Amino acid sequence: MKKTGIILSLIISCISCSGNDDTLVPVVTEETPNPIALEIPQLFRDNILAPVIPTDNPLTKEGVALGKRLFFDNILSEDETISCASCHAPSSAFTNNTPTSAGVSGVLGNRNSMPLFNLAWNYGERFAWDGKELSLERQALEPIENPIEMNSDIEIVVQRLQNHPDYPELFNAAFETNIITKELLAKAIAQFERTLISADSKFDRYSLGQANLTPQELNGLDVFLREDKGDCFHCHGNPNNPLWTNNEFHNNGLDATFTDLGLGGVTGDPNDNGRFRTPSLRNLAYTAPYMHDGRFETLEEVIDFYSEGLQNSPTIDPLMKNVAQGGVQLSDQDKADLKAFLLTLSDPTFVSNPDFQN
Amino acid sequence: MKSKFFAPIFFILFSFYACSDDDGNAPLNINTTFNFSHTWNGTPVTSADFGTIQFTNALGDQLSIERLRYVISDITFTASNNEIFELDIYNLIDVTNNANLSFNIGSQIPPGDYRNVSFTFGFDNEDNAENYLDLNSASFNVPAMLGGGYHYMQMDGKYIDNNNQEANYNYHAIRAVDNPGPNPTFPQDTFFTVNLGSINLSEDTIFNVEMNIAEWFTNPIDWDLNQLNTDLMRNSAAQIQMFRNGQNAFRLKSVSQ
Repeated sequence: MKKTGIILSLIISCISCSGNDDTLVPVVTEETPNPIALEIPQLFRDNILAPVIPTDNPLTKEGVALGKRLFFDNILSEDETISCASCHAPSSAFTNNTPTSAGVSGVLGNRNSMPLFNLAWNYGERFAWDGKELSLERQALEPIENPIEMNSDIEIVVQRLQNHPDYPELFNAAFETNIITKELLAKAIAQFERTLISADSKFDRYSLGQANLTPQELNGLDVFLREDKGDCFHCHGNPNNPLWTNNEFHNNGLDATFTDLGLGGVTGDPNDNGRFRTPSLRNLAYTAPYMHDGRFETLEEVIDFYSEGLQNSPTIDPLMKNVAQGGVQLSDQDKADLKAFLLTLSDPTFVSNPDFQN
Repeated sequence: MKSKFFAPIFFILFSFYACSDDDGNAPLNINTTFNFSHTWNGTPVTSADFGTIQFTNALGDQLSIERLRYVISDITFTASNNEIFELDIYNLIDVTNNANLSFNIGSQIPPGDYRNVSFTFGFDNEDNAENYLDLNSASFNVPAMLGGGYHYMQMDGKYIDNNNQEANYNYHAIRAVDNPGPNPTFPQDTFFTVNLGSINLSEDTIFNVEMNIAEWFTNPIDWDLNQLNTDLMRNSAAQIQMFRNGQNAFRLKSVSQ
């Protein structure tokens, strides 16, 4: 039945495109997209609210497949040399391993490529380091048009997709129309991105009673949770919030003065200057370098920073302890243990998941 | 809306109660709302006032507020005949983000004379042991080694310390705990009941509840930020001081009917 529908649609598509004028004739597939539900991990189901799925963009098998193809397709960039995956590689938990990334012109941006996973659980729906994108759909379009990223004219991209031998039919299957729009392009990519779920780390299995942590890892968890030591949990979650981020915006004391205002550049509120979205601590094994500008190459550098390297500024978050002394002053042993714990949050099955590969 | 997690269950129970009279003249339950506002000794405080050192506590220390959120639970109506209507609900009031400042509990309470209306600041110990998905999602948890459960209040900001420097404070109220670790102990309950007084419920009612934030820093104990600023969650003595000061922080400002 489905095959018949596709063939019918193809025939109709051919007919609709055979005219001499450039007017597109909408074609409606005889098949409706097949709804799919996110497979919500048990830890998420048991502990946190349901994911955010917009009512006007429910997941479908065809929509996710289309989004995946678009995600890996260079067709979205101005000169068709880079794709979303160029800066968001599956093997790196959908970031890349340079401090910032080069766009089509070879010019480096000023922000580290954010890892992509568990995006449907960003309840505030502020995406990017500075929170400028207010939905995943809006975020999906931004790099396409950004001059230092893909630098595309979105209308040209849409036309390119429209003229492609495959995409009109794929959009037809996903959205029941072969008339491609930037909105549908964004919806497809967002659908795929919402399927990027990471919840199978060693710590996840420990939480489910399926694995044990070493004494060092357990002490690292203790350092993470103790207010008089790491006090990481107020921003980075805890065993009851397995996202390992609050997805909120903090100035964590990286700089005394700001060259990048972060959230403040978006809101215009000076109190937001230097505030960036808290990244998840999942998959740190794959996501170096760290921070919004990728300034730290190793986890050791990150931990040293929180221990001794804090810089005071008017907007530093009050949750940053002992700023005058540079930070929380961890011992070498606590630092090593904290690193060991943090690495238990990495999820090898996520980076090798065949559903997420090109 | 998240905060009404358990409300439907009780809504059903009270709906049956209210509809049990089938003569068609049964009085309808009263739609009730609790609005929460905040002051510093009478001067209104909203999130627009956050981030600036502009408040002065009882000891004369200047401070700012940058984050304030707290949970109230178990709203209770005690009727004149001593019948008790306790709603097993909670609400996370997030002043920073202007969220849940108004808490409509729906039409759950029958009309009549009530000699007291009250709520719990924080959670009682039974409720604190529950698993609340919305509070987990908001990272409002307390780590298990500190007794688990949830913050009752998270107030963060900066103050001018004795060296005339800006320093951070984290005034986090939780269930007081000793012996942090695998077997914590609890020296004293630190949730408390806020009594709003009597009310005759005859029509839709709005309780306007006001928190005087300054009270957390005084009465009966003048809070010394130079001594008690951060790392207070595992300081049971500090938690008990918060408990004592908090008793005077709330008042019923007005009732609208």
